[in-house]
Amino acid sequence: MSIEQTVNANVKPQTFSDGSPMLASTWSDAPGFWGWLTTIDHKRIGKRYIATAFVFFVLGGLLALAMRTQLIKPENGLMGPDRYNQLFSMHGTSMMFLFAVPIMEAVAVYIVPLMVGTRNIAFPRLNAFSYWVYLFGGVMIWIAFAMNVGPEAGWFSYVPLASSDFSPGKRTDFWAQMITFTEVSALAIAVELVATILKTRAPGMTLARMPLFVWSMLVTSFMVIFAMPAVMLSSSFLIADRLVGTHFYNAAEGGDALLWQHLFWFFGHPEVYIIFLPALGMVSSIVETFSRRPIFARTAMTLALIATGFFAFGLWVHHMFATGLPALGNSFYTAASMVIAIPSGVQIFAWIATIGSGRPYFATPLLFVFGFFAIFVLGGLTGVMLASVPLDLQVHDTYFVVAHFHYVLIGGAVFPLFGAFYYWFPKFTGRMLDETLGKWNFWLFFVGFNVTFFPMHYLGLIGMPRRVYTYPTGLGWDIWNLIATLGGYVIGVSVLIFIVNVVRSLRNGALAGDNPWHAPSLEWATSSPPPSYNFAAIPCVESAVPLWSSREELPALSGVREDRREILLTRATDAEPQITWGMPAPSIWPLVSSFAVTLLFIWSIFDSWGVIWGTLPLAVALTGWFWPRKDDRGLKSEKE
Amino acid sequence: MMSRRIDIVGDVSHLKDYGFGPTALGWWGGLGFMLIEGMAFVLAIGTYLYLMPFEQHWPPAGPPPDLRYGTAFTIVMLLSLIPNQFAIRAAQKQDLRGVRITLLIMIAIGIVLLVLRGFEYTTLNERWDTNAYGSILWAIVFIHTIHLATDVYDTCPLALLTFTRDVDGRKFSDVEDNASYWYFVAGSWLVLYGLIYWMPRIVS
Repeated sequence: MSIEQTVNANVKPQTFSDGSPMLASTWSDAPGFWGWLTTIDHKRIGKRYIATAFVFFVLGGLLALAMRTQLIKPENGLMGPDRYNQLFSMHGTSMMFLFAVPIMEAVAVYIVPLMVGTRNIAFPRLNAFSYWVYLFGGVMIWIAFAMNVGPEAGWFSYVPLASSDFSPGKRTDFWAQMITFTEVSALAIAVELVATILKTRAPGMTLARMPLFVWSMLVTSFMVIFAMPAVMLSSSFLIADRLVGTHFYNAAEGGDALLWQHLFWFFGHPEVYIIFLPALGMVSSIVETFSRRPIFARTAMTLALIATGFFAFGLWVHHMFATGLPALGNSFYTAASMVIAIPSGVQIFAWIATIGSGRPYFATPLLFVFGFFAIFVLGGLTGVMLASVPLDLQVHDTYFVVAHFHYVLIGGAVFPLFGAFYYWFPKFTGRMLDETLGKWNFWLFFVGFNVTFFPMHYLGLIGMPRRVYTYPTGLGWDIWNLIATLGGYVIGVSVLIFIVNVVRSLRNGALAGDNPWHAPSLEWATSSPPPSYNFAAIPCVESAVPLWSSREELPALSGVREDRREILLTRATDAEPQITWGMPAPSIWPLVSSFAVTLLFIWSIFDSWGVIWGTLPLAVALTGWFWPRKDDRGLKSEKE
Repeated sequence: MMSRRIDIVGDVSHLKDYGFGPTALGWWGGLGFMLIEGMAFVLAIGTYLYLMPFEQHWPPAGPPPDLRYGTAFTIVMLLSLIPNQFAIRAAQKQDLRGVRITLLIMIAIGIVLLVLRGFEYTTLNERWDTNAYGSILWAIVFIHTIHLATDVYDTCPLALLTFTRDVDGRKFSDVEDNASYWYFVAGSWLVLYGLIYWMPRIVS
């Protein structure tokens, strides 16, 4: 069926640029603080998500600087082992659970509905709820840390170290509940994004024409759906072992410590790709725009994303090579770990081909992409090295591994993310970031990063273990630690420059206009920042690069109601219009529900009956949330 | 600043504003949560199987769970699929009377199931804090109970609405989604029942 069959083409031609006053009033939030609390606008939620995740990034970074300062010289007495344990545990926890995954999802919450040409994210109240739960989980763990009850067993909290025998008190319980908070919020967003991407795409945006960033978020969301239940289950088992006397991980009563590692890494390895795939999508968006040509080998790029998503679930055991698994298992996971380099390589070559055959324009976003190429490829190479069991056994738990994963995570995700900030900041705010400061930001980050982490390869090879709070002099480690610490400060300066750049631009940055980069995707077809209703009419798409078509105007459809919040639903595969759909209005219930969830989770840390009694306020809040209102009715449902 | 100009090329005002199955947005939300929870069940089953080789006997001490209540629960669960299917049909036909009747029947069955589940806990024949077998056994039944209780609970306001409010196409679509979720609750239980009741009897 073609689009002509579901769309009535006999319309009076109209051309306009702004949405009607009715559309604006339908989609606007209540004014003031109440509107701030009750909003379910994906753009407002997306912005606060990004800002919150960035705050956790800065906090996690400050912890890293504190650790580097402790290690600047041998036998340093700045802090003791207990404090240091909490610092590296909080650093990893903040960066992985409170920054990396949330910020990728946050950018998607803002960008994806605009990129697919709809008016809000699917399940917008769930989206608001997800943000509040994430915020309260993050604040809880940081308050616990400030009160000296921060996690202490590392970001992957291995048992038996994390069991109540070796981690008494509430420290690990707070960690386990922080997992529950962040995973609930991440899973909620994953479901929203899948539904948004598969059901609300602009007519004509077939799967083949979908922007690669949207593809990357679709694959990522499915990965979240299949990976995150593992960590929720494993951390629930952990907290049950600690609080109600179960024996999942207790070898004396038939449990097994390696069960934790299997469940954790079944989540933990895909997690790395959950962070990395959105970054690949960002790189594709930036490379396409700044090369001023459609991306090279689009189909291969899409297949590479999907392949990476599948392979990512077959690698988790390579984190467990040192646990004495059967040789056949080791060989399988070695092979799988090497195979996953292939789809990443395909993408790198396709980007280079795009840039090489385009007319590249070297603004800050593209600089960060070049930084990503250099650093990520190095991290990928040490990854292939670590996939080999003999080498892995030698450098397991040393600074070589620390160097490797910072190369892949910062190189593979944070560099593209900064590029994406510079790229989409004009859309978020209507103002440009400063290019000069942007270049300082990039070069200091690039140089600082390599000065910090490159020496760690060598430190690991000469035997420095990770997670030691100090080291004796005379081992040949001193100078490299000093250099690494100085590099860390340079990264700190670079991030400070970024913050200055953002603050200055918010006040008096150059006005951006709709599409300052002449980019091809739909988010640039509306004003910057976009109005509450995103698009004055539902856009139609005729190619993978809709704004680069020869048409002056954006083709669009009428007939989606403006007197209530309504969107157009299209078929998952070919984006053929199917029905219109009333969307919910702003509501306080998501916030109230997140309070109830917070009560339940924190209560259960102190009293296992909290799990039971805490459901009562939650049930009340959810009932309020789902109580039908006139907004989301089917108005055309007289029986036929 | 002027936004990009828009050119209206077609109209969709003739389209319906509700739908069933994958046409509707709600169906996709339900699917997403079934995938998440299904994955949690798969991993819990994996944990159960993973722990078996660590013991000489399975269950390590004491008998497996009594068949009586667990099997009664399973039979009622299977029978509930009949009115559940009628609920789906009534919803799709927008038959208000049919929806009201089947929802009330489903609530009644849900309450019976919750009572049976309560008895089932008393005949699991192992405490959660005795050994790892007991822990995973209780975890599996507990996780399933959460799903059961959630669906029974949310059927109640849904049924109430069909008596107190105008029931439009979207509400009928909600009834369909709610009933689809019941298939998931029942289907996942069949697998779990086979595992926790019959696996110990097969391997012993």
